[in-house]
Amino acid sequence: MPTANLSSHTVRLDELMQKIAKHKGCSSSGKTGCGSKAGSGDLPPEIWEKVKNHPCYSEEAHHHYARMHVAVAPACNMQCNYCNRKYDCANESRPGVVSERLTPEQAVKKVLAVASAIPQMTVLGIAGPGDPLANPDKTFKTFELVAKAAPDIKLCLSTNGLALPDYVDTIQKFNIDHVTITINMIDPEVGAEIYPWIFYRHKRYRGKEASKILSERQLEGLEMLTERGILCKVNSVMIPGINDQHLVEVNRAVKARGAFLHNIMPLISAPEHGTVFGLRGQRGPTAQELKALQDKCEGEMNMMRHCRQCRADAVGLLGEDRSQEFTLEKLRTQEVKYDLATRRAYQELVEQERKAKAQAKQQELQALAGTRSELKILVAVATKGGGRINEHFGHAKEFQIYEVSATGAKFIGHRRVDLYCQGGFGEEDALSTILQALGDCHAVLVAKIGGCPKAELKAAGIDPVDQYAGQFIEQSAIAYFKEYLAKVERGEIEHRARGDAQIRQGGLLAGVA
Amino acid sequence: MPYKIVADNCTGCSACEPECPNKAIYETPDGLFAIDPNKCTECIGFYDEPQCVAVCPIEDTCVIDTRYPRYQAV
Repeated sequence: MPTANLSSHTVRLDELMQKIAKHKGCSSSGKTGCGSKAGSGDLPPEIWEKVKNHPCYSEEAHHHYARMHVAVAPACNMQCNYCNRKYDCANESRPGVVSERLTPEQAVKKVLAVASAIPQMTVLGIAGPGDPLANPDKTFKTFELVAKAAPDIKLCLSTNGLALPDYVDTIQKFNIDHVTITINMIDPEVGAEIYPWIFYRHKRYRGKEASKILSERQLEGLEMLTERGILCKVNSVMIPGINDQHLVEVNRAVKARGAFLHNIMPLISAPEHGTVFGLRGQRGPTAQELKALQDKCEGEMNMMRHCRQCRADAVGLLGEDRSQEFTLEKLRTQEVKYDLATRRAYQELVEQERKAKAQAKQQELQALAGTRSELKILVAVATKGGGRINEHFGHAKEFQIYEVSATGAKFIGHRRVDLYCQGGFGEEDALSTILQALGDCHAVLVAKIGGCPKAELKAAGIDPVDQYAGQFIEQSAIAYFKEYLAKVERGEIEHRARGDAQIRQGGLLAGVA
Repeated sequence: MPYKIVADNCTGCSACEPECPNKAIYETPDGLFAIDPNKCTECIGFYDEPQCVAVCPIEDTCVIDTRYPRYQAV
């Protein structure tokens, strides 16, 4: 029976993790990312092969596999109004931020240490804290050393695209088969509001001229990469009033040039970060504004909704940051042996778990077949990984959000609730923070919840549900929806539209034990 | 006059170092960057604008060092 197999896999996974933790002298407790877009979905097999274990390219994979960034690339070749290179705080989590810079040699040591302690870490990315291609020597030296020492790890990089056309051949030579380009505009008028200057061919350009060059370089680079079969993701920062509507055009332009995935992220602009946007009071989008734009672009191409906008030195599953376990100081005294066999064994178990999860979801979907209802609800989920409802309400650092309808459960985002470096929310108590973050949800599925928060959630119109504890997320979300529909039809409850929710900005607590 | 880097502003990002045509920029023991005044030519003869100034992400960080006379092209 599938159920029996499932639990035995879970036990074996736990045992293996304990063994690994003991062996490496490192904590095995890890919090995770989340939700699910069904397995291979409609992807061609060769593409699925490339993305299936890449947490940043497959929503499904990000429940199971982890990534790490090494901060070997401090220099940048342009200025963005949402970035302040002077600001760094260990409690802060967002792109461009990093606690310690590494040399390529230190980076490789760190990669091996992480790969041994976290066997589901399958991807190494270089994302800054500046631009990897503004530091080509350090970036490619790191890739070369990692490819030699840990050939099973996938390499990827994330760039602003300005220098990209000059390095496409090198990228291909180093077998980097995932590249992310941040493209916020294709219109220099819009760009002038986002980029004060670029440094290009020994000259500083400003205003529209700068953005014109940048846009041409980005699109040229994207086209060159996709021509060579290198998978490209495009990141866009949604800045309300500046590029929000324009991103629909960006979406079309990058799709036409072969981009595989589009990741529209909310602007992070807390004033204390000291960015131009932050100081100017430029706001980020609300949860529903972001979702509406993502939904609008989704007809055109795959949208990424599980991005956690992580630091340039993040380690772990998306949604967790274990970088503090692998500081230079700790690595100095640590002997690292690269244990490929344990990594493979662990990953095989993960694959079995993924199959079981997909099966469970299919079964639940079949039970929903024939249901005719236009109803859609959002449910929040507390999870620490593996695609299961396995986190206590009070321990959740983030909630994953699923949209459930007669067609199934779809991951649409996540809401962080554990912030402490946050902008302007410090005085609120934890529960009202959560209520604001889940303002658009009808229910929250958790492993366990206390009586007090239960009552407050109910009063706020959010149904607290612990009956699916330990079970797979999507299967449970669909089951909950079925029950919800039935209750509505029987007249036991009245379906009401929910409000909007706040996207919170700030640092993840994870890693600071 | 050569350029200098205001240490209080420097983030140590290293962007300036490879751009200097005179190899006048070096890393200091505390991870920041500095300019050797004897090597700096203000980029005269190489580029229209001093490269460290043009690439530095922090305003007013690469500035003229008034303690020295202006650079004379030989």
